[in-house]
Amino acid sequence: MSESRSASAVTPEPLLRVHEICAGYGAIEALHGISLQVQSGEIVALIGANGAGKSSLLMSICANPPARKGKIFFAGQDITVLATHQIARLGVAHVPEGRRVFTYMTVAENLAMGLMALPEQANHGLLQAGGGADPEQIYHLFPRLRERAQQRAGTLSGGEQQMLAIGRALMSRPRLLLLDEPSLGLAPQIMGRIFATLRDIVKEGTTIFLVEQNANQALQLADRAYVLVNGRITLSGTGKELLASPEIRKAYLGGH
Amino acid sequence: MDIYIVGQQLVNGLVLGSTYGLIAVGYTMVYGIIGMINFAHGEIYMISAYLTAIFLALASYFGLQSVPVVLLLVLFATVFLTALYGWSVEQIAYRPLRHSNRLAPLISAIGISLILQNYIRISQGARNQGVPPVLDGVWRIPSSAIDQHFIQITYLQSLIVVTALASMALLTWIIHRTALGRACRATQQDRIMANLLGVDTDRIISVVFVMGAAMAAVAGMLVTLNYGSFDFYIGFLMGIKAFTAAVLGGIGSLPGAMLGGVVLGLAESFFAGFVNSDYKDVFAFSLLILFLIFRPSGFLGVPEVEKV
Ligand SMILES: Nc1ncnc2c1ncn2[C@@H]1O[C@H](COP(=O)(O)OP(=O)(O)OP(=O)(O)O)[C@@H](O)[C@H]1O
Ligand SMILES: [Mg+2]
Repeated sequence: MSESRSASAVTPEPLLRVHEICAGYGAIEALHGISLQVQSGEIVALIGANGAGKSSLLMSICANPPARKGKIFFAGQDITVLATHQIARLGVAHVPEGRRVFTYMTVAENLAMGLMALPEQANHGLLQAGGGADPEQIYHLFPRLRERAQQRAGTLSGGEQQMLAIGRALMSRPRLLLLDEPSLGLAPQIMGRIFATLRDIVKEGTTIFLVEQNANQALQLADRAYVLVNGRITLSGTGKELLASPEIRKAYLGGH
Repeated sequence: MDIYIVGQQLVNGLVLGSTYGLIAVGYTMVYGIIGMINFAHGEIYMISAYLTAIFLALASYFGLQSVPVVLLLVLFATVFLTALYGWSVEQIAYRPLRHSNRLAPLISAIGISLILQNYIRISQGARNQGVPPVLDGVWRIPSSAIDQHFIQITYLQSLIVVTALASMALLTWIIHRTALGRACRATQQDRIMANLLGVDTDRIISVVFVMGAAMAAVAGMLVTLNYGSFDFYIGFLMGIKAFTAAVLGGIGSLPGAMLGGVVLGLAESFFAGFVNSDYKDVFAFSLLILFLIFRPSGFLGVPEVEKV
């Protein structure tokens, strides 16, 4: 895996390229022709109001719901034709809205679920008891989870569940990490730690595309950002540019 | 009350209950993972009875003498082919309806159930079929007993309980200790999230049908050996009984299905022994109705609200 990772780093093709996609639920269309790019090694943020379609866009990248029009490329490969689990196995990990930890499993089992995307596990390791990678690194990031390893995930606090959801996504050492509001429900101090963690993760070769309500934090963290309004991208730029933009300040940063 | 009669009903109830439990597992696992009652499951059980008879006949045709070898070969062959039927039912009758409303797969289940019954009736004949006794012999406790004062356990009855326990233990191990089992549980709890993590949830659903059918096949073989006779319609009654067991235990719960099976088997056998053996089925279905009304989540079921 590390070979393919460094190989993709030298190609000019962005790691993620979303090209004019439309997607929605039944008769409702939530995304109207979205285009964006995420380069390998970047942190890119997506900000927008409630109901703008941020979560829908992240889910659409994972083919749930699939794009009705347009194309999505991951490391140059057209993934619009793939199913959700196949996209995950290419190295796209998702921390979805609402965390979605498996509440009836232990913390350790939830982390082990993060390994399902690894090809060896998916193909013939299903009857193995353990499974490859080590949760130690995750426990190092979030010591809280180590203490709770054998506890049912449903009994964790909201913030702990958020850590678990992030840890689970990191287990497979994904090439692209999709984060839907990682700071939601976390104390500012924990949030600061998570954002610092995200920077470290990027140094280790993971690219991050994140959705944030907290535009201020997100724009400080991100290299670049896109603004989504009613299913359309209306603005994009570097984090600094957007932080300075009067429109953004007015709409998302409390207007001062 | 005669302690030997009580003991005998206990034995009979455990034997009956372990076969109910084996079949109930299929209902409960399928319900857990796709939220529907697989009404064709009883037919899968029925088919395994025919397969058992066919493989027994084949074994004797090839002159196999050793009873353990014959039983093991018949077990593997029956389980394998029955599992294939279970897999096909899911592919043909349920998978195409995965995203339709809840009623469609239910109707499809009834349809496939009628098709399987009539397929067997036409291909195997409507008459009662039978298998010769393969394993004879009984234990009596106490062994020196005279008159009616003993509890009798046939070799086959003990084989049924031991095999059922072993199969359940194996299944429980798979579900709780392997990555495949973890993927099954994850798919049951949150299919979309499991899918996002790289689990091929369609394949997991197939696996669950296969495991359910395999367990039903174990029951089908054991009951066929025990009773010796069967017809194309046995799946109906056995199916509803096992469904009752699954509801008693708490539908969706694996240990619940096993527990429900044993409880139903014991209840039925004590009712038959001490009240009235003609009405034991009525009694079983009354239990089903009472549970559906007053405790739909069964003994170990998860109340719907706690499901995320
Ligand atoms: N499963 C669904 N079925 C139908 N409509 C949906 C579904 N999920 C989202 N929508 C609709 O799609 C639109 C975009 O929703 P989405 O969840 O993507 O917004 P969001 O930008 O993530 O909002 P928030 O900041 O509140 O999380 C909304 O109008 C929403 O009602
Ligand atoms: Mg959202």
